[in-house]
Amino acid sequence: MRSSISYIALKTIWIKECTRFLRIWIQTLVPPAITMTLYFVIFGSIVGQRIGEMGGRPYMEFIVPGLIMMAVITNSYANVASSFFSAKFQRNIEEMLVAPVSPAVIIGGYVGGGLARALLVACIVTLVSFLFVSQVSVHNLLVLVVTVVLTSTLFSLGGLINAVYARSFDDISIVPTFVLTPLTYLGGVFFSISLLPDVWQTIAQVNPILYMVNAFRFGFLGISDVSITAALGVIIGFNLILFITAYTLLKRGVGIRS
Amino acid sequence: MKALSIRGLTKTYKGGHVALKGIDLDVQAGDFFALLGPNGAGKSTTIGIISSLVNKTSGTVSVFGYDLDTQLTDLKRQIGLVPQEFNFNQFETVQQIVVNQAGYYGVPREVAKQRSEKYLKQLSLWDKRNAPARNLSGGMKRRLMIARALLHEPKLLILDEPTAGVDIELRRSMWDYLEAINRQGITIILTTHYLEEAESLCRNIAIIDQGVIIENTSIKGLLATLNRETFILDLAPTMGAGAAAGLQLEEFQWRVIDDHTIEVDVEKSQGLNRVFEQLSAQAIKVVSMRNKANRLEELFVDLVEKGRQPAEVGA
Ligand SMILES: Nc1ncnc2c1ncn2[C@@H]1O[C@H](COP(=O)(O)OP(=O)(O)OP(=O)(O)O)[C@@H](O)[C@H]1O
Ligand SMILES: [Mg+2]
Repeated sequence: MRSSISYIALKTIWIKECTRFLRIWIQTLVPPAITMTLYFVIFGSIVGQRIGEMGGRPYMEFIVPGLIMMAVITNSYANVASSFFSAKFQRNIEEMLVAPVSPAVIIGGYVGGGLARALLVACIVTLVSFLFVSQVSVHNLLVLVVTVVLTSTLFSLGGLINAVYARSFDDISIVPTFVLTPLTYLGGVFFSISLLPDVWQTIAQVNPILYMVNAFRFGFLGISDVSITAALGVIIGFNLILFITAYTLLKRGVGIRS
Repeated sequence: MKALSIRGLTKTYKGGHVALKGIDLDVQAGDFFALLGPNGAGKSTTIGIISSLVNKTSGTVSVFGYDLDTQLTDLKRQIGLVPQEFNFNQFETVQQIVVNQAGYYGVPREVAKQRSEKYLKQLSLWDKRNAPARNLSGGMKRRLMIARALLHEPKLLILDEPTAGVDIELRRSMWDYLEAINRQGITIILTTHYLEEAESLCRNIAIIDQGVIIENTSIKGLLATLNRETFILDLAPTMGAGAAAGLQLEEFQWRVIDDHTIEVDVEKSQGLNRVFEQLSAQAIKVVSMRNKANRLEELFVDLVEKGRQPAEVGA
């Protein structure tokens, strides 16, 4: 009884979230398609031809998984951060607070929305990549799917936590600009860290995004700079930490209940 | 059965503002109850605590016997809330808003869609069901929030100033609607600044000021405590100028307003008959009569002022 009620509430939040990003598809789906096409054109076709091979693969093939991952990360984060913050801002978050919806269900619904958008964007980017790569191979579908789902979940949770603390729309762009973008660029999207000097290789391993990009690339191409077990461990660990943080914040009503 | 029971409720906001100083309040099931008070009295704070939007500092709240601290899920299911400020997503459509809200309460989507037709029609919003909420007029937005609060069929409907900024005609039709659902058994609590609203709709009333309940009684009982009323009498214009000034009225306090209007204070023990007896004896014709001000309004001002006097310290 109670679980079916929670299920209906979860589904409702999820549908509402999907309706939201589809309603504003020009802001949510088109930009990643354009950005990624530009990356493919510039780094893949123009620069890539001069680079030749990376990790034993044509450069274009090498960067496709990284670029998909980059789109997944930014879109998961942006979706949940802006949707949850605007629910706070317009106060429609109160619709959920007055109802018997548990924090776990709220988190599940919003993460589900972030996941839906990220996966849709991932598909769009993959389709765009077909214009530039002759064939896309899948080395290990399970690792591929698990990595993309868990990474999207992780950054959806991150976006939610950001939105809980945010007091203005500016506050939800600080982390993407100053943290996510640099870490993604340094996370092995465009290069194999084996190219870096030893010291920098060690430092690069502190960056969690490196593990996600490499696990995902392994799913496609079967190559990785890090061990896949370690990568999945890191991703799952971060998910747990962020979930517990988000749950605690919502339970206490931080930023949403006076 | 009590629909609502509050004991010793206090609220201190961050920053130290004490909004509620320990209030007790009971509302019986089936009642139509008004919570009255000036701006900043603590009405919305009280409602916010009952509906989980505000954390209480101390005290207990129970709704239909469900305790806020220990049976929150069941408590929430009893309540439908119409908040003071618009708080829906302006970009969602009318129907999406009500159907989603029902979903949060666990109403299956198909059922919610059917119910949305019923309630949106009752509140004259069915034609607007596919319009984004931001395109509605202010009065429509209020009605949308009422529909949204009813879709999960709560037993207690709480409305925080539902008729603020609503024109008279619409206000009356909202009153009719609220009376109708109250007759169907839904307990209603509303806050309002329009005393006429409380007087014509509600059976029981609490007056809150500066975080303290200063009166909690039936409207009838409250009006009965009113000892003196002031009436304005309009005299027939056919009587010459100075008619008002020339008349005799013993036993009463009275004043001339203009040539054809007088104002009479009537103590409850006196009654109006003596006024008319004397006027008739002088062949003065009264064409109309009305209360000087809304009676409740006077009382309200009295009570609030009395409540604000510093308490007397016993010797
Ligand atoms: N979030 C908040 N933080 C700090 N103080 C608050 C907050 N909300 C309300 N207050 C203060 O608490 C007091 C009671 O406010 P409340 O909104 O309950 O009044 P009200 O009776 O609903 O008034 P109104 O008729 O104007 O709606 C006011 O002094 C108000 O400034
Ligand atoms: Mg208020």
